[in-house]
Amino acid sequence: MSTRSAFVICALAYVVSGVSRTVIAQGLGTPISEADVAAWDISILPDGTGLPAGSGTPQQGAATYATKCAVCHGEAGKGGSAAALVGGAPLTSGIETTKTIANFWPSATTIFDFTRRAMPWPKPRSLTNDEVYALTAYLLSLNKIIGENDVMNAQTLPKVRMPNRDGFIARFPERMP
Amino acid sequence: MNDLEIVAGNGLLHRRAFLTGGAALAAAVTGYRLSDTVAAQQLTDEAWSTKPGVAIPEYGIPSSFEKPVSRTLSNPKGEPRTQHARTPHHLVNGTFTPNGLHFVISHSGAPDIDPAKHRLVIHGLVKKPLSFTLDALGRYPMVSRMTFVECGGNSAAMFSNQPTQASVQAIHGLVSCAEWTGVMLSTLLDEAGIDPKATWLIAEGADSLALSRSVPIAKALDDTMVALYQNGERLNPGNGYPMRLLVPGWEGNLNVKWLRRIKLTDQPGLSYYEARTYAPILPNGKAYQFYFLQEVKSFITHPSPGLTLGAPGFYEVSGIAYSASGRIAKVMVSADGGSTWAQAALQEPVLSKAFTRFRVPWKWDGGPAVLQSRAWDEAGNVQPTRAQFVAQRGQTKTPVTNPAAFPSQHYNGPTSWAIQRTGEVTHVYS
Repeated sequence: MSTRSAFVICALAYVVSGVSRTVIAQGLGTPISEADVAAWDISILPDGTGLPAGSGTPQQGAATYATKCAVCHGEAGKGGSAAALVGGAPLTSGIETTKTIANFWPSATTIFDFTRRAMPWPKPRSLTNDEVYALTAYLLSLNKIIGENDVMNAQTLPKVRMPNRDGFIARFPERMP
Repeated sequence: MNDLEIVAGNGLLHRRAFLTGGAALAAAVTGYRLSDTVAAQQLTDEAWSTKPGVAIPEYGIPSSFEKPVSRTLSNPKGEPRTQHARTPHHLVNGTFTPNGLHFVISHSGAPDIDPAKHRLVIHGLVKKPLSFTLDALGRYPMVSRMTFVECGGNSAAMFSNQPTQASVQAIHGLVSCAEWTGVMLSTLLDEAGIDPKATWLIAEGADSLALSRSVPIAKALDDTMVALYQNGERLNPGNGYPMRLLVPGWEGNLNVKWLRRIKLTDQPGLSYYEARTYAPILPNGKAYQFYFLQEVKSFITHPSPGLTLGAPGFYEVSGIAYSASGRIAKVMVSADGGSTWAQAALQEPVLSKAFTRFRVPWKWDGGPAVLQSRAWDEAGNVQPTRAQFVAQRGQTKTPVTNPAAFPSQHYNGPTSWAIQRTGEVTHVYS
């Protein structure tokens, strides 16, 4: 079947069914290898899928934090022009309670994922993987979620149990896969 | 006009009174003070009628008299924090939002994307990872649909334990409605070949935060599209130029702008914005995760704070209603704070997951009144009363004085406007 007739069939399908799915692939996408997507593929999943090689400790993270993060987030994560990264009131304090790593975040992998993709604000995705592991370790240690000598890497990070991990419910369970 | 039927307290008329009342009623209608008619006088030509007008520009913009019809900005200098631009619902009418007035939330500004260099990649749990140029996407069969997009944090001031004195723009300005045209995501996923293990996709933008959100595959295959056009023209930069994910009816942040990557996975990413920001805390200390739907909701735009009524007489009460669960089935309006109700006329066409304009004629007697609306959708969902909503979701312990604050998300209770004897409109709870 020629591409032109495939288009005609698709168009007819739309007229009949509104926004229903087309069944004929147009073939206009360019195949790309996962290796060629790698530089963009920065998704870290809660089970650790996607975590890169490398590692870091809280002490290493403290040094990076002081030079690249404290200008906005304050000394030792106490907050500044950007949010505090340490502490947090119990969530039963009220619906407007400030959400923090210690009182809210369900997964430690989110710290790695967001720090790597979005920070530091003026120059995102400029940190090395070792720096991101070290900063993640520092923030977890500041919040007493891991020990001050614990090493974070692709094996240890997904195993960190966040305090509020079980604090969530789905609003519409029937919509969850 | 004495035979016009009053159907609810404080002067609400039957929704078809404007039709049955005919010209006599239409002539009796007064506008809001912003557009009050002046006493008739002898007519003369104004200056603009006695000489040729100015040249028509290449790209038309509203009259200079319309400058107040603009978005309000929370961060006009683009400082390193989120920016919000709110739609002036009280200064527009109809059902879709002009592109320059469509609300925007951007957590790190709008990237200046060269469409020729932009790519959309679909990979992960697919048989054949694919990369698409904008030109290639433009060759697929297109669909258009009217769809509202609403920030999960819209109306957050309504969580205040005391009514925040602010305009409908400040309170409800983070929702808008447009005609979006693009390619069904299912078409592209079919071409890549979905691995049966895939249950989620993670969509990611080309902005500096590489903002990412997780969407269940079922929704992606239902009515999600890659939108390329907004009200007929290419997307505005703040709304995702050159392409965004459109997830009809679902939380605005899921409609990932500047879309550049879709990864199919067997679990959600628990990204920052879904794990933290758009997960509202409940009174018992638990939190909703993956709220997804923007539930059935309505609010009155005319009159509302800032639109002061003139002389007593006829006015049209109107507003907008919408639901993630389909078409709006019914909107009821009260002028006495919820004691009695009149059914509003719904402007056709009533479209699924789009703004529906509702209207009720009203004879204001000049006394105090409290206007409120409640909406029903075709799936049977009802906009909760404020008491019902607060019982489930809670409210703040102290009043919210800054309407741009976000004490929680996903408010869909009613909004009440009190009309003073002076014609001024204030925000109340009722």
